[in-house]
Amino acid sequence: MLQVNNIEVVYMNVIQVLRGVSLDVSDGKIIALLGANGAGKTTTLKAVSGMLRTEEGEVTDGSIDFDGERIDRYGPEDIAAMGISQAMEGRRVLEHLSVEENLLVGAYCRKDRAEVKRDIERVFNWFPKIKQLRRQMSGYLSGGEQQMLVIGRALMARPRLMLLDEPSLGLAPLLVEEIYEIIARINSEQRMAILLVEQNVRAALGIADYGYVMENGRVVLDGPAEKLKDNEDVREFYLGLSAVGSKKSYREVKHYRRRKRWLA
Amino acid sequence: MTFFLQLVVTGFALGMIYALIALGFVIILKCSEAFNIAQGHFVLIGGYLGYTFLVTFGLPIWGTLLMAILTAIIMGLLIERLILRPLVGQPVLAVIMVTIALATVLGGLATLIWGAEYKAYHGLLPTINLQIGSISVPSESLIGLIVSIVTVAILMLFLRYTKIGLAMRATAEDLQVVQSVGIKATTVYAVSWVIASIVGVIGGILLGGVSGANMELAEIGLKAFAVVLLGGVNSIGGAIVAGIILGMLENVAAGYLDPLLPGGGLAKVFPFIVMIIVLIFRPYGLFGLVRIERI
Repeated sequence: MLQVNNIEVVYMNVIQVLRGVSLDVSDGKIIALLGANGAGKTTTLKAVSGMLRTEEGEVTDGSIDFDGERIDRYGPEDIAAMGISQAMEGRRVLEHLSVEENLLVGAYCRKDRAEVKRDIERVFNWFPKIKQLRRQMSGYLSGGEQQMLVIGRALMARPRLMLLDEPSLGLAPLLVEEIYEIIARINSEQRMAILLVEQNVRAALGIADYGYVMENGRVVLDGPAEKLKDNEDVREFYLGLSAVGSKKSYREVKHYRRRKRWLA
Repeated sequence: MTFFLQLVVTGFALGMIYALIALGFVIILKCSEAFNIAQGHFVLIGGYLGYTFLVTFGLPIWGTLLMAILTAIIMGLLIERLILRPLVGQPVLAVIMVTIALATVLGGLATLIWGAEYKAYHGLLPTINLQIGSISVPSESLIGLIVSIVTVAILMLFLRYTKIGLAMRATAEDLQVVQSVGIKATTVYAVSWVIASIVGVIGGILLGGVSGANMELAEIGLKAFAVVLLGGVNSIGGAIVAGIILGMLENVAAGYLDPLLPGGGLAKVFPFIVMIIVLIFRPYGLFGLVRIERI
């Protein structure tokens, strides 16, 4: 459904962030995009959603196709209207609007009012915690509730592909688990594809079908989630499960290189 | 006492017009975080448009308002398309600078078209005399009051209940989020500039009815600015309350303080003195948006 073909992204004409990233999202699948800070995960999402333009970034090479249509020249509004919706990093709720108004904003592109009303109820069904708070100003919600609201808002557009940027950011482990369960449920109920950017690899690989690992603007590793979970590097540097258990030394150059890949 | 009440009533009507004009400020400020320096010049254009439609074309007051609103819509759309669209995503300061340029251009246009002359047309407004007890309400004030209350009410309902109104309030919060759900920022900006020019132009016609159209109408922008600061820059309700307060203060000061000082003019300064005193104690204005801090 979504193909990202070897894209390069440059900010302000000089700062190259992505150096040839390719990935593939097929219908109804959850794809995880993992990697260290500054690897280019969020930039990849922004390239897909068209959000680069307001930040003076540009896709200089390669192409992004959605359902066979090339979208890397479109603006964010057009891309959103095509059925890709993004839940941005950092719980960006519209603070002075009520919970319900936030959800309505998400449904802005839709014309079917009755269905929108039903969808609001459906979102409250998925996230019962925010249902009682529907008339509250969303800026006063707790972090977890705000994250739920942001995901709910992205769902209101009835997207075919949802881009989720770090839904676990700053949330307690139990809450992360809860939100991930709901994401998995939404994915299976709605047959909606999800491209998930995440630092919490354990949580992400728990629900993903396929994963890509990025580093310095490139995809360095990819494979089915099960395989990635068993991958020696991922286990050691990301999940913190030292397979070797032996003393680590920088003299082992090979190990150092592997380590650098993750912590660069 | 009658004298005082008389001043308060006319001040209330005047204040409502200030509030109306100040709303133009608030709308632009909420959407693009920039002060629209040209707001006073919308008022200026409005004053002269009132003269053109009422005197030159001989239209009735409702026809004049309708035509002026149409002109304002075109003006707002042109301003957004030609001047502000290239500045989407640019620093706020650039937008403010461009509104200074816009103010100068509008002032120049008014001089070109109407010759910067004093044009009076208050005789052409319908006369409605309202007598409440011993107070008589002059018809310019009454018309001003009715028109501005209706406009403000329509505007508030528009922002509260329509889809584009919701989009405008959302844009005020976070531009990127709004773009990510498919709302076109340019549409929102266009609508906000159209609203700003409509309220400015209507305010201009109403004030022109009281004092005649002249280049000094542009200074009302400064007064509207004081209203916005006093009410709290982000608050529509605040702008209305502050507008009424300033209008009343100005009128009462004109009645009681001006005779005390040879040469007069104290009335014009008095509202600003009050504004400064209030801002010392409430720096965000009377109803400024509370920054949400979660505990």
